[in-house]
Amino acid sequence: MPDSSNTDAFVEFERVQKSYDGVQLVVKDLNLTMPKGEFLTMLGPSGSGKTTCLMMLAGFETATHGDIRLDGRPINNIPPHKRGIGMVFQNYALFPHMTIAENLSFPLEVRKMGKSDREAKVKRALDMVEMGAFGGRRPAQLSGGQQQRIALARALVFEPELVLMDEPLGALDKQLREKMQFEITHLAHRLGITVVYVTHDQTEALTMSDRVAVFDDGRIQQLAPPDELYEKPQNSFVAQFIGENNTLEGVVREIKGNQCLVQLDGGELIDAVPVNVSEVGERTRVSIRPERVEFNKDRLQEGVHTLKAEVLEFIYMGDIFRTRLKVAGNDEFVIKTRNAPDQVRLEPGAQIEIGWLPEDCRALDAAK
Amino acid sequence: MTDATSSQTPGGAAPNDGRDASGQMIAADGRPLKKSLARALRAQKLRALALIAPLLLFVLITFIAPIADMLFRSVENQIVSDTMPRATEALQDWDANAGELPPEEVFEAAYYDLFIAAENKAHTRLGSRLNYEESGMSSMFRRAGRGLDDIGEVYQDQFKDLNGDWDEARPWAELMGDATWISQLESWDGESTAPRVALRDDIEALLPRTAEAYQIFAEFVQTVDEDNPLEEEPWTMVHTALYQDLLDVDVSGYSGPRADMLKAADALVADPTFETITFKDGFEEIDEDWLLLENWRVIKAYSPDYTIGYFATAADLEKTPDGISLRDEDERIYAKLFQRTLFMSLVITASCILLGYPIAYLLSNLPMRTANLLMILVLLPFWTSLLVRTSAWKVMLQNQGVINDTLVWLGMVADDGRLQMINNQFGTIVAMTHILLPFMILPMYSVMSTIPPSYVRAAKSLGATNWTTFWRVYFPQSVPGIGAGSILVFILSIGYYITPEIVGGTSGIFISNRIAYHISSSLNWGLAAALGSILLVVVLALYWAYDRIVGIDNVKLGG
Repeated sequence: MPDSSNTDAFVEFERVQKSYDGVQLVVKDLNLTMPKGEFLTMLGPSGSGKTTCLMMLAGFETATHGDIRLDGRPINNIPPHKRGIGMVFQNYALFPHMTIAENLSFPLEVRKMGKSDREAKVKRALDMVEMGAFGGRRPAQLSGGQQQRIALARALVFEPELVLMDEPLGALDKQLREKMQFEITHLAHRLGITVVYVTHDQTEALTMSDRVAVFDDGRIQQLAPPDELYEKPQNSFVAQFIGENNTLEGVVREIKGNQCLVQLDGGELIDAVPVNVSEVGERTRVSIRPERVEFNKDRLQEGVHTLKAEVLEFIYMGDIFRTRLKVAGNDEFVIKTRNAPDQVRLEPGAQIEIGWLPEDCRALDAAK
Repeated sequence: MTDATSSQTPGGAAPNDGRDASGQMIAADGRPLKKSLARALRAQKLRALALIAPLLLFVLITFIAPIADMLFRSVENQIVSDTMPRATEALQDWDANAGELPPEEVFEAAYYDLFIAAENKAHTRLGSRLNYEESGMSSMFRRAGRGLDDIGEVYQDQFKDLNGDWDEARPWAELMGDATWISQLESWDGESTAPRVALRDDIEALLPRTAEAYQIFAEFVQTVDEDNPLEEEPWTMVHTALYQDLLDVDVSGYSGPRADMLKAADALVADPTFETITFKDGFEEIDEDWLLLENWRVIKAYSPDYTIGYFATAADLEKTPDGISLRDEDERIYAKLFQRTLFMSLVITASCILLGYPIAYLLSNLPMRTANLLMILVLLPFWTSLLVRTSAWKVMLQNQGVINDTLVWLGMVADDGRLQMINNQFGTIVAMTHILLPFMILPMYSVMSTIPPSYVRAAKSLGATNWTTFWRVYFPQSVPGIGAGSILVFILSIGYYITPEIVGGTSGIFISNRIAYHISSSLNWGLAAALGSILLVVVLALYWAYDRIVGIDNVKLGG
């Protein structure tokens, strides 16, 4: 386990457990180390424990067991208002009875800062989120996106080194959300702050983060940079949860270095990379990304195994084509192809042969 | 532009882009769009009106009308002019400030008014009414009702001595009445509708006062007593009127029925030995109070149909002919009572806020199940009779009550030094705070439960201590609940009646108890109405002030 002497660590969870009712653990044995300046996203379905982790870090929940350290200092017993952590809430939590400027001034006032300093900082924070002209308004007079910016500015105005964001973009529409994603990441990197970001939106997680921690069932299933998470999922939950994914069930027949042979339940043989299978005869679930499936015979590697497939449905989606196939008894098998001038449009009913690079097909743990 | 008529036809609408010549939008059938819309909405409005009609009617009858009636009663004062119409008119010319009693004409008018009122038994009501303004007037009027006959008997006796017929029913009827009426009376069975009283024209011209008095007498006998005027001897008032007429007129030319009897009476009156009495002396004999200048001033002051006298009394003022002046210090009770009512309502409201706020806070922060259980405990008092709860406080607080007994038993209070906790303001405040507490907790709870916990968390994450978080972030957002609860509790308590009545004693009662007293005991409804109107105005004024200071849209009962 990472030891507490790790000098790089800015935020550390060590063997943290949390239970609300004394019967069930919401967070089971959480270990996490974050260096300073990192943008880390906690991603997971609802009830996976991610928000609880954030609340424990903020101090609104206490850990049932284990240590949480901030900059090497255990913070389990420090009340939230002394932790100096900025926080952005899902519903923004802008105080409705105060103006925007008063909202921003609030954290400075409770820090007993002088009036002129406060005004200067509030102005700078408002300018930073391009809301300089809105200081005199009330939160209810702002749109969702504007409130979001103010909430961000308020969390940053007292210059915390760590900022927590709890699904801050959840209430915005798609376009605005994408715009804000960029703004938040740019701001975080420019200011050099450390961010822990909680979301259940995987696109958000992939586009914004330095690293993503995928939560399920109270544990971190995988902690990795976005590309690694997408391309090299460590288990079938992550593979399923991140992006679109085709799965086939089978048994490992042969393991040779970083390649293995899997016999599907229908008897077909395919090549795959063994990820968390170690023995011949073990049941496995192989996962292939839809865009990595090849059906053009010319492009298939020599000597790899291929599968027969029947085209069930062709969907035109603009930039891509989405084709649903029946492969080895699975009629939810999807391939995605780029809408290029030379791209083939598969007709429903056509019989084709599909294949892939062995390294794109990952043999993971069998379905639970 | 096309002319206006073309737009009336459906075809004309299209080329104008749905507008007519004046630029008004028109519907597909060519009618102006506004009219079509109004027509479409009318049915809807009528339906809505029909739906609320029962409630509207109910509210009008049981709420608006009584309030309007109360407002009217607080200024209405027709009893004086209704009961004493002649005297009221005669008093018009009398200068109340001249320091002299009213002239004989006023006493004469009062004699006739009161005689009739006494027969109608209305004089005591007037006496009670005027007694509110000047004590002693009630008995003065009651005595007048009994004693006015003494004046008329002076004349009646002398006429009777002259001719016994003057005290008989039949001769009077023959002298005064129309022949048709008399014959109708002879055949009247006393059950069916009485024949209309008709006097002879010549006698009406000759003896106007007597005719008027006899007419009133005959009608009264026929309709109120349901007796036959042919069998009832006239009131002494008629004799008095006859005497007055005979003084003025010459009856020698009269040749109708009973001419001899009348001429003999005229001769008797002309005789210097004929005994007379002035009305003023007559009243003096009845009760010397009738010669008190002050009493006549009161009658004059309250003779108009409408008066601000009740309001003056309710404001501890006195209405005198000189104008309005403050009452003597020991008679000023209502201002004190209003002040006390307001003060105690404020104290009760404040105690409800202090006691209710933590409860509401706790309720809104507990899990739903626990909160619901506690809410039942809060609502429990609502399921107990108000009377039972108030009586329970009596048991708790009285001198030999639970609290005192416990304190004595613990040795904290000496047995002869038991605390006086009831029949005073303390008892009223304690009991009413308890009774009104749910009205404070419920709105506060419903407002607090809408404050998302993320505000508190946000404040803490921004570095605010628990107290700062509460005071700067939570409390301001809970103010609408406090406002709603305060208005409810304050307005309820300002008009509270039962609890102060039971536990308030004399020093802990409210203005409403005084109003109830005037409604049910002293029967001074006008004053009760005036006090009620003032209370209404005070509440409205406070409501207005609250709206100006806090803003009424800041009041939330939930949501």
